[in-house]
Amino acid sequence: MKGYAGKFLEVNLSSENVKETILDEEILSQYIGGRGLATKILWDKLGKNWERIEPLGSENLLLMLTGPLTGYVPGARLCVSGKSPQSNGVVGSTVGGEFSVELKCAGYDGIIFYGKAEKPVYLFIKDSEVELKPANHIWGKGSQETLKILVKECREELASRFPRRGLWKEPQIVYIGPAGEKRSRIAVVAAKWAHAAGYGGYGGVMGSKNLKAVVVKGTGPLPDVVDMKKVSTLINKILDINFRNIVFRRWGTGNLGHDVGSRISSEPVRNWQEEWHNEESYGSYEFEKYWVKRYWADFGCPTSCLKLAVIRSGPFEGAITDNPDYENQAYLGPNLGIFNAEENIYLTALIDELGLCGIQTGNVLGFAGELYEKGILTKQDLEGVELKWGDAKAFATLAQMIADRKGIGDILAEGTHRAALKISKLKGVDVSLYDVTEKGIAIGAHGIRSEEDYPGYESYACSVQAGDHTSVARIPLDHGNSELRSLLYDTGVFCWFNFFEKEAQDLLWPFIEAVTGWKITEKQWIETVGRKILHIQRALLLLGGPDMQWVPRKDDDVPLRWYIPLGAGPYKGKAVDRERLNRDRKEYYEAIGWDENGIPLPTELKRLGLKDVDRKLDEIRKPLPKY
Amino acid sequence: MKGLSENERVWIARDYLKCSGCRRCEIVCSLSHEGKIWPEASRIRVFMLIPGVEVPHLCVQCHDYPCLKVCPTKALSINKQTEAVIVDKEACVACGKCIDACPGKIPYIHPTENYALICDLCSGRPKCVEACAAGRWNALEIIKKSDTHTFKLYAKTPEIITRDIASQIYGKKWRETV
Ligand code: SF4
Ligand code: SF4
Ligand code: SF4
Repeated sequence: MKGYAGKFLEVNLSSENVKETILDEEILSQYIGGRGLATKILWDKLGKNWERIEPLGSENLLLMLTGPLTGYVPGARLCVSGKSPQSNGVVGSTVGGEFSVELKCAGYDGIIFYGKAEKPVYLFIKDSEVELKPANHIWGKGSQETLKILVKECREELASRFPRRGLWKEPQIVYIGPAGEKRSRIAVVAAKWAHAAGYGGYGGVMGSKNLKAVVVKGTGPLPDVVDMKKVSTLINKILDINFRNIVFRRWGTGNLGHDVGSRISSEPVRNWQEEWHNEESYGSYEFEKYWVKRYWADFGCPTSCLKLAVIRSGPFEGAITDNPDYENQAYLGPNLGIFNAEENIYLTALIDELGLCGIQTGNVLGFAGELYEKGILTKQDLEGVELKWGDAKAFATLAQMIADRKGIGDILAEGTHRAALKISKLKGVDVSLYDVTEKGIAIGAHGIRSEEDYPGYESYACSVQAGDHTSVARIPLDHGNSELRSLLYDTGVFCWFNFFEKEAQDLLWPFIEAVTGWKITEKQWIETVGRKILHIQRALLLLGGPDMQWVPRKDDDVPLRWYIPLGAGPYKGKAVDRERLNRDRKEYYEAIGWDENGIPLPTELKRLGLKDVDRKLDEIRKPLPKY
Repeated sequence: MKGLSENERVWIARDYLKCSGCRRCEIVCSLSHEGKIWPEASRIRVFMLIPGVEVPHLCVQCHDYPCLKVCPTKALSINKQTEAVIVDKEACVACGKCIDACPGKIPYIHPTENYALICDLCSGRPKCVEACAAGRWNALEIIKKSDTHTFKLYAKTPEIITRDIASQIYGKKWRETV
């Protein structure tokens, strides 16, 4: 089997048993890797009892998977998955960096974690030698300390085990911060500084397993491919296309905070009360002042959309973070009434340090900010914090409370949607208007009211990854941003950002063939291979549980707030039109093969050989009331 | 290789602050020498002892070749044209003496074979530099080699380079972390 290392690691954290497994070609050729394979593994291992599996319990699995294209297609990523404590479905959450390449070089296509370690541990992989090690000394530590200690001690260990080999490069590491350790539903699995698998909440899953980090040193080559010459040619073509994209190379997404997001009115401002601002203080060049590296890339990437921002003096001295990218700029900036680059960099660095997700945390902080503005949450509820819009220090204090699960932070650590339900109950007021999420997941900073940004009406409502802005549903199904495309990238596993151009997208099919020998056409991907994965993901999202279950069709909606017209800016007065949303949703259901309630059709499931999924879905296929 | 004629000796200048960490240099070096993408067998290795501080690490062709002098099996020789260190794979016994002698601890043992890896300057047309230039990162650039001893000063360990760069971009206290 070409493109694959050929082995997976199965690590039972409860019994400390580690073994190697071989997945057969039949499964891999259908589900490939990354998100596709994660969906299949989760369905097979947990599907029967899905509704009863507690995402933060020891029964859940934590998956870290690569794909056959990882390391070959420029821009390597790792796909982290499991049952999501946010959506209760499956999210394929990817993170950039060298970890996935190093893992393949160690001889593994992925790792499957079971159970729960008795005490904090980290996993150390040196090629085929795999060991669970105590992590007490790094438990509770933030990202900077965790990385420093792990790089040092693992390099020292390698040097002493292999004294004549010469200097060891650092091993690659994914880890959680204090928020993950506290099983926060909005915690990330991180790499480097702010590289994070954010959507899904897998930092909390990792924490619930007492797993602080995974460290890998792989000294082998990437697995063999069918036609290396062809692969090299395709790599060069993809590089050339992206070398030409000089604007994106220059800024990454870091020029959107003012120059794009606000101008096209799709940026959250004060918990989405607006999606527009006119603060020039938030312009691209204000951010660039803090960049110490203008082109920062992950393995094989031509784009280097990442930048490195540092604050070297003043009250926020010592803050280090990537970019911040647009999501962090928006959510930890205007969404909190903050329009100052330095404060945004400080907050982003703090969120990284705590192991929280910039999007989910920025959303819940904005939610709390609005409840404070409306008088629903008081200074007393917030343990003395006056949560005024624009007060970076106040929001930082609350973020720390979330990571520590201290006071109200304990509720907010559950993410906006769950916090909204709880606070509504506690306060006896309905706060659902302020809950800007989709099926438990805070929506990326790309609103749809102005209809100028890339997501459409159906995008979040019909996505199998809910609020995930990197996995939006679009019709027609061959749309350049369709969810089947995101699925391909997450299954591959590689970065979306080198595939904005159709010209580059079209190279992926020959790429798959040159690596694996499998001929998959775009049509086959849309109609069978990708579609099948999407149906299973959809099924597991609808099955949900145990703390909540989404109501078919009814919950395929957008946040209440988006039905309220924008109050200012060039798109003032625009709001989501419910009639049209219903129409677009219906059209999407029909195109993808779901019934009128959004449940995959029996005929469709049978066509794709998913009879077991069909049978399971019968449990939720009751006649639904009219909404 | 603009401005250099065919027979001129090249040297690879390195500017760590410009390194993006893309590892394209490792990819092309291992592809051309091993036929595979194999970062751990690349003759240039990008160290990232602290994220954001990426250090491309490769031989500088010291004028006095300390590595060569200590080799007990005479496995190392100098290519007359390029002045690169050439490893005789058969003669090398992977004893690691050249590593100890190198002021930058640059050579290292091949991950699966029994010999040391040292940059051979791709016979005068360095692939890594081409890859770096294609991305316009220019962390690696070709310059004309002249008869000076200063090139050797670039043979530093990744730890020392990392301390310098980290202290510049992140602040002094980062010196102590590596
Ligand atoms: S190709 Fe250049 S920028 Fe990329 S890692 Fe190598 S030296 Fe750094
Ligand atoms: S840098 Fe090291 S390997 Fe290169 S010539 Fe000098 S001593 Fe030898
Ligand atoms: S010059 Fe050639 S051998 Fe030397 S590091 Fe660069 S690519 Fe490798």
